Amino acid sequence: MRAPGLSRRLAVCGLLACAAGTAAASWALSTPAAAFTVQAPPRRIISLVPALTEMLFAIGAGPQVVAVSSYDRFPPEVAARPRVGALLDPDVERVLSLTPDLVAIYGSQHDLRQQLIRASISVYDYRHAGLPDVLTTIRDLGRVTGHAASADSVATGIEHDLASIRARVAARTPLRTLLVFGREAGALRNVYASGGKGFLHDMLVAAGGTNVFADLPQESVQATTELLLTRAPDVILEVRGGPVYTDTQMRQAANDWGRLASVPAVKAGRVHVVTGDGLVVPGPRVAKAVERLARTLHPGAFTP
Amino acid sequence: MTTAVRRRLWTVLPLFAAAAAMAVIVAPTVGSTSISLVRAFDASIPWADNVDAQIFFVARLPRVLAAAMVGATLAASGVVLQALLRNPLATPFTLGVSAGAALGAMLVIATGLDVGALGVTTVPMASFAGSLAATAIVYWLARSQRRGLSTNVLLLAGVTLNSFFSALIMFVQYLADFTQSFRTIRWLMGDLDVGSYGPLVAALPFVVLSFTVFAVLPRTLNLLTLGSDVAASRGVDVVRAERLAFLSASLATGAAVSLAGPIGFIGIVVPHLVRLLVGADHRIVLPASACFGAAFLIGCDVVSRTALAPLELPVGIVTAMIGGPFFLWQLVRHS
Repeated sequence: MRAPGLSRRLAVCGLLACAAGTAAASWALSTPAAAFTVQAPPRRIISLVPALTEMLFAIGAGPQVVAVSSYDRFPPEVAARPRVGALLDPDVERVLSLTPDLVAIYGSQHDLRQQLIRASISVYDYRHAGLPDVLTTIRDLGRVTGHAASADSVATGIEHDLASIRARVAARTPLRTLLVFGREAGALRNVYASGGKGFLHDMLVAAGGTNVFADLPQESVQATTELLLTRAPDVILEVRGGPVYTDTQMRQAANDWGRLASVPAVKAGRVHVVTGDGLVVPGPRVAKAVERLARTLHPGAFTP
Repeated sequence: MTTAVRRRLWTVLPLFAAAAAMAVIVAPTVGSTSISLVRAFDASIPWADNVDAQIFFVARLPRVLAAAMVGATLAASGVVLQALLRNPLATPFTLGVSAGAALGAMLVIATGLDVGALGVTTVPMASFAGSLAATAIVYWLARSQRRGLSTNVLLLAGVTLNSFFSALIMFVQYLADFTQSFRTIRWLMGDLDVGSYGPLVAALPFVVLSFTVFAVLPRTLNLLTLGSDVAASRGVDVVRAERLAFLSASLATGAAVSLAGPIGFIGIVVPHLVRLLVGADHRIVLPASACFGAAFLIGCDVVSRTALAPLELPVGIVTAMIGGPFFLWQLVRHS
């Protein structure tokens, strides 16, 4: 029955709220000393950002990863790695005791960054941004960790997948879509939807939708009942990054929207709940997630 | 009731009631979008096709009614608690009720236990349960004194419980993941967008019960403010009166907080403003505060809905930003 509070994976998504303001790819490698010497690739990497962990494993740097954040669930190999906290509660002592030579952190972790640099540990600084930035970050990580070639092929693969999804939906009329990533279970209170920037917005556009909140220059929008009625989306897409819903749960979640009878999506029965791990992680599984959104929005484009 | 008081009641109260009624009527016509009232009330248009009617009846009217209910309740509870504790700084949240409610809500949000049906979700239920638990603890502590209900113990127990619950709230927030933490923080800012009439109907019985008690309290409150000995010498059953006042105010506050979150400032600003306007007689202050509280919160909610439109400015921020300076200005003007 639990319409999932929001899954732990969605934590990543919650970061959007504080990541506002960085639209461009933003990452930086800070090496403490000897900036001009050519460095050997790091052998002991710690990742405090689930999206980066996924990228590291995808590009073949998994064996170098010695610890991950407390929110990491994917790939399965992370289960065996020690946990060293996360965004708000990094366990610095634990990080230092594992003697990493590269730590991937979130851009807002200023204190941690200072501490690591003081301890002469390289820092990979990252913030969530748009869909193209996922590819940029994968390639950057490849360069930094000594897996440039395989990172490039992973990124190219994603580009290829995204291009083929775009091609499939290109001929379809883009649907005015409300992309919801959180709300109170059983009611239409505290509805959080994607605004006009960030990777959720980019994913929606790539999947053949137009965001009803495209004009709002922020990554997350708390939508009031009035705003939902006014924007009158043709499709309501609820993404839940947690466990997959049963049919009953799915129906219940869709039924909650029935109160807004004048919304075209409700009238036409186009309220879709898409659930599953990895849907809202801006990592290497992003093309799969876009494909699921595209199949939901334009099922006709995927039938042979 | 003397004729003088009755005359004053009948001249003053209609004005306050009219202000509240005006607010209830005007507020639903204002919002982030402009709607056609003619269309909204045109029953010949099918409900599913009438966006204006839906905006009016689904988005705005429940909100305005929620604001009226919460504003009236918090203001009236403020009056009662200030009289009961004989402390002008008392608010509906002084005795731990809101902290209990907040802890209940936080636990449900953070543990992901929130399920819901028919527009009523576990978050308000848990917060109401939390407020009742806090009330019971404070009441039990204050009663364990030898005679009756000690208002000193009540105050100390309430304030201590507030800090203790706040610590627990921070602990729960810290353990919760990021999105859930954000939701708990957002809950604390107050939110009147109830989205349906279900939550209002659920809160109504408790509010009605409390106001029934409030209706018989004013004369007693007048005497209590003079001190419990004076009140007792005038024939007031002090213990019973204090018990009724505390329990009804707590119940009302719990219902209001579970409906809309702990919206601050109303419980202190409104009673004081009303006293500045009409004097200190609780027979007038209590009903006038309820009316004014309703109008005030409806007004703040209009600001909350329109100031950053299409986005919403959390209403707790608005009440504090309008209420604080306005209150200080009144204090300076009248001192």
